[in-house]
Amino acid sequence: MNALRKSEIDLGEMMRAKLSGFVSTLRDNGFVIGLAEMRDALGVMSSASAARPSRFRPALRALFCSRHSDWQKFDEIFDAFWIGRGMKSATRMSGAPHKAPDGLEAVASGNRGLGDNQNADHVQRGEGSEEAEVGQSKREGASRAEVLARTDFRHLTDPDDLAAAHDLAARLARSMRARLTRRMRARRNGQRLDLRRTIHKSIGHGGTPIELVHRRRKDKPLRLVVLLDASGSMSLYSAVFLRFIHGVLDAFREAEAFIFHTRLIHVSPALRERDPQRAVERMSLTADGVGGGTRIGESLGTFNRWHAKRCLHSRSCIMIVSDGYDTDPAEQLGGEMRALRRRCKRIAWLNPMIGWQDYAVEAAGMKAALPYVDLFAPAHNLESLEAIEPYLARI
Amino acid sequence: MAITLPQDRIATEMAAVGYIPDRELATALWLMDNLKRPLLLEGEAGVGKTEVARALALAHNTKLIRLQCYEGLDQSSALYEWNYQRQLLAIKAREGVDADVVEEQIFSEKYLLERPLLAAIRQSVSPVLLIDEVDRADEEFEAFLLELLSDFQVSIPELGTITARSIPMVILTSNGTRELSDALRRRCLYHYVDFPDVDREARIILSRLPHIDAALALQIAGMVSLIRKEELRKAPGVAETLDWAATLAGLEIRLLRDEPEAVFETLMCLIKTAEDKARMTRQVSDRLLGKVA
Repeated sequence: MNALRKSEIDLGEMMRAKLSGFVSTLRDNGFVIGLAEMRDALGVMSSASAARPSRFRPALRALFCSRHSDWQKFDEIFDAFWIGRGMKSATRMSGAPHKAPDGLEAVASGNRGLGDNQNADHVQRGEGSEEAEVGQSKREGASRAEVLARTDFRHLTDPDDLAAAHDLAARLARSMRARLTRRMRARRNGQRLDLRRTIHKSIGHGGTPIELVHRRRKDKPLRLVVLLDASGSMSLYSAVFLRFIHGVLDAFREAEAFIFHTRLIHVSPALRERDPQRAVERMSLTADGVGGGTRIGESLGTFNRWHAKRCLHSRSCIMIVSDGYDTDPAEQLGGEMRALRRRCKRIAWLNPMIGWQDYAVEAAGMKAALPYVDLFAPAHNLESLEAIEPYLARI
Repeated sequence: MAITLPQDRIATEMAAVGYIPDRELATALWLMDNLKRPLLLEGEAGVGKTEVARALALAHNTKLIRLQCYEGLDQSSALYEWNYQRQLLAIKAREGVDADVVEEQIFSEKYLLERPLLAAIRQSVSPVLLIDEVDRADEEFEAFLLELLSDFQVSIPELGTITARSIPMVILTSNGTRELSDALRRRCLYHYVDFPDVDREARIILSRLPHIDAALALQIAGMVSLIRKEELRKAPGVAETLDWAATLAGLEIRLLRDEPEAVFETLMCLIKTAEDKARMTRQVSDRLLGKVA
């Protein structure tokens, strides 16, 4: 080790500059590299056994990578940087995780576009049934929040109303978590004798364990995994649900969020951003693919294959928010739901359309999925979201 | 080249004890020794992550200390525990003696039970410490582990601080059931263990089953790699390959293609779930056999 450390002085200025350039390129691509790694890398590079790029490649790879996705990206970035192949792509690869595409403005304006769509869709779909509810929002006397809670998200067109609904959604997510934790504390009474402390206390009594000390079983917190459908048919609801999910991620210690339309996107990292507006902006998906078709079966398949093992344990609840309109064959959705069922404690399927009048399960995908769903509930307004909470508390 | 590179030397040493590392892994092992950093191995079940530690211990001719992680693993089963039975006896035997004196006696080395982590830092020759499936342990334990792996000392409240006599070579393995913390990942060197390619797998078979025909080993490796490409729920690991190779060698099969029936019947060495068994029909088996040159 000492030999390595000492020789770093011998490394030329140029090589040092190049290495730090490489490290910053890697950091741009989502690698986590600290000063200690940098110092070790300098040591490695200056040793005789790393004279050529092909020699120090495996060493730098072992040092700088810290997860499988890094491992897969490393070669391409390395080649681009050291061998000068495809230099442009090295500055930011397309597969870079947790990074929104350039230009927040573009994404933000995409959002605005989404808002406009809501107006348009509202007109198209407004077929009588919602008149009563629209009326409610004009009712006097009741508190504004209460009214908002009952209004179907589709009818929230005024930007102020929408903002208020978003706040409600975020608050609701937080209150859910508070209640869940309180309940868990009351349940902690699986007790075992703590021999170490008991013996310590018994010395004074000549070894007779008079004061018993117990150890408590630590309860694992419930983990919530939310899969949100952001396809065209759901576009009226997805914005509010995004806010809700943001609140959930903020409040739950263990929560993961995914969004799917034609493919599945892991959005927890982007949504962990504190400022909700920025969080939404950071998500490339709002501009890309939203409003297109839905491939629920395929998306769930991706989840099962790549994320389920990491995200789910025996105390996990999956919350799928979707209208069940799937362009994939229904059998595929059924199969994936069965696989999902085996892995988690509960599956809740929230379908905004249940809140509509005269709704009956007709979508083939929805029918295929229903046997595996523990809770099939409406989620068209905030009140219906609130109603789910006691169910989660019972898990 | 006249001088052998240190990573090549490690590769040769590992091969001598029956583990054939690829170049990347050999480099990672060399770095681990040099920089005194732990090595985090990730990869699917059955690619031989645990085997790396075993081979490394053999190659360095040192002790392998293994800590198997599980949910709820705590310090008392990972680090140290007091020997309660003896303590209770000692207290009884010294009844009437001043409490402080008794306390000092029963909380001494004599009554301390070493668990893997404490044992690993108290060896005079650096051992290989294998922390298996670290993702199964709780986050709190991971934080504690991080502290231990950077300072290599532990404090026992009743006894004081124990500093490492020698710094162990630490290998952590993870199956990805839980996301590990960034801090731990950054602290470790990283290597993703993939299924070996056909050539390397054939060499592994040959090194473990020296009597097997080299051509057969190559065919077996080819067949297994094709089976892994099928969408199975549980891809066969290296250990399964070795089982299968031993079985086929035992049946004295020379050419896989000549014995499609025997191949199909012995596939149970590789296929471990009912679902996969249903998928691996005779037709599929024959089709894959046809592709093995």
